[in-house]
Amino acid sequence: MTDRVIETRGLRKRFGAKVAVADLSLSVGRGEVFGFLGPNGAGKTTSLKMLLGLIEPSAGTARVLGAPLGNRAARARVGFLPEHFRFHEWLTGHELLLFHGRLYGLSGSVLRSRIDELLTRVDLVEAADRALRTYSKGMLQRVGLAQALLNQPDLVFLDEPTSGLDPIGRLLVRDVIHELKANGTAVFLNSHLLGEIEATCDRVVFLKAGRTVRELELRGRIDRLEVELRVEGAGAETLRGLERFGRRMSADSESIRLEVAERDELPRIASFLVEQGAQIYGMHAARPSLERIFLEVMGEDGRPG
Amino acid sequence: MRALLTVTQLTLHEAGRRRILLAALICGVAFVGLFATGFHFIVLDMKKDAARNTSLELRMMLTFFTLAGLYGANFLAVMTGILLPVDTLSGEISSGVLQTLASKPVRRSEILLGKWLAFVTISILYLGLLVGGVLIAARIESGSVPPNLIRALPLLALEIALVVTLAIAGGTQLGTITNGVVVFGFYGLAFIGGWVERIGALAANRAAERIGTLASLIMPTESLWGLASYHMQPAIMRDVMITPFTPASIPSPAMVAWAIGYLVVTLGLAISWFRKRPL
Repeated sequence: MTDRVIETRGLRKRFGAKVAVADLSLSVGRGEVFGFLGPNGAGKTTSLKMLLGLIEPSAGTARVLGAPLGNRAARARVGFLPEHFRFHEWLTGHELLLFHGRLYGLSGSVLRSRIDELLTRVDLVEAADRALRTYSKGMLQRVGLAQALLNQPDLVFLDEPTSGLDPIGRLLVRDVIHELKANGTAVFLNSHLLGEIEATCDRVVFLKAGRTVRELELRGRIDRLEVELRVEGAGAETLRGLERFGRRMSADSESIRLEVAERDELPRIASFLVEQGAQIYGMHAARPSLERIFLEVMGEDGRPG
Repeated sequence: MRALLTVTQLTLHEAGRRRILLAALICGVAFVGLFATGFHFIVLDMKKDAARNTSLELRMMLTFFTLAGLYGANFLAVMTGILLPVDTLSGEISSGVLQTLASKPVRRSEILLGKWLAFVTISILYLGLLVGGVLIAARIESGSVPPNLIRALPLLALEIALVVTLAIAGGTQLGTITNGVVVFGFYGLAFIGGWVERIGALAANRAAERIGTLASLIMPTESLWGLASYHMQPAIMRDVMITPFTPASIPSPAMVAWAIGYLVVTLGLAISWFRKRPL
């Protein structure tokens, strides 16, 4: 069995003359938490719907859990939380889970105990017998998360899972994602909240104008560091000398910033500064924020007009 | 099959909780109550004038009133049969409910057929309730009910199933309001077609008769009612064609076959459209 839970190549969707997704090429591994990033209108939701079999692609190939898109046996092993989860508001939380559990083919004590477990997990035990119409946005999102996990899926699609959630709710979602990963479930996370992506994802792919344009590992090897130096006594020659250690250097009266390729450059920079007679008061190195990378990848044309 | 029945169960459950069915039930009870009261006073009046009417005339009059009541019951059931399912697909697509449903290991055909089965069941039960109310009132007041109910009532049930099917099929392609307008439009077309045919027959106008037949082919509901009411009239009423419930020409059994085929094909198309529908 392949270790890829999602594999797509050149997946494309056009609605009449409008191309919603031009080229979706990505792969997600078993147990991986995968972030799907892009500005509004980049085609994220259409891509997600294609992977779920809700929309038929116009071209390209794709497999989800080793099966063609829309395959029913594969869908039995998939969970999905749509953005702004809504369901019949007259159902109670418990009835909603019962209904979705039956659609997954669960029944009897297995289903009952799974429902109890999930209601506890999403902190809705007390609200379980209340109609959904009395739920807050956050509660709806949490019961939506519970229905996506009823079948103990191998792959979960979460479309903006924390929209409408308060900080505690967000933390809950983050914890659930970590638990899913620990249990070997792959998570496909579509979110605008870059901080949330940074905190949970192993890898992200950027989607721009319907195309996957860049992939970035968030765990594992760091290939780029932003260094901030607080230095006194560094003359123009020293600053010029610093340029050879990295790129994108900038300096003001407070600090010097530059990007280096690896961690080993840090002691070399320190030695060089000491040799030049400069005094180091601070040295801080960090991976560039996802926000910065996002803006770089999307460029000026990715910004709202 | 299990998924289909789960969807049916949810839809029945939903209908029970929605106000539209409750409103339909209240209207239905009011309708039957009004019919029974009216019928009571008419019978009372007729009995007073019994000396002037023969028993045959009396029976014809009472059958005529019962048919009028059944016509009203049929009309209300048709309205309910259209209005109940008119937003089931389009509404759930726009609210996002169907996306969650369709991402489960369920065939789209099971979702559609599950809903169809539930709405056909509810609408036919509603028809049964209204027709039953009218017939019970007629039986209590006049001591008789129209003949051939066993042959007539399944035709009315088929008519209701047909409008439900059309409303569900429309919902796979159209928004709620447009769908409602189209299905009511079809029903209205059949209704007017029936009258054009009747008047054409009286005036011996072949073109008008053909228009009526064409309307029946486009939407067979009026023919089904026509055939059902034909069965429910005593032979003498049919022969003299004296009531608005007497069809211009007796719809042939082929029309029933046409209506069944129409329903099956519409349902098949609905499944096929819904399968391809981007959600």
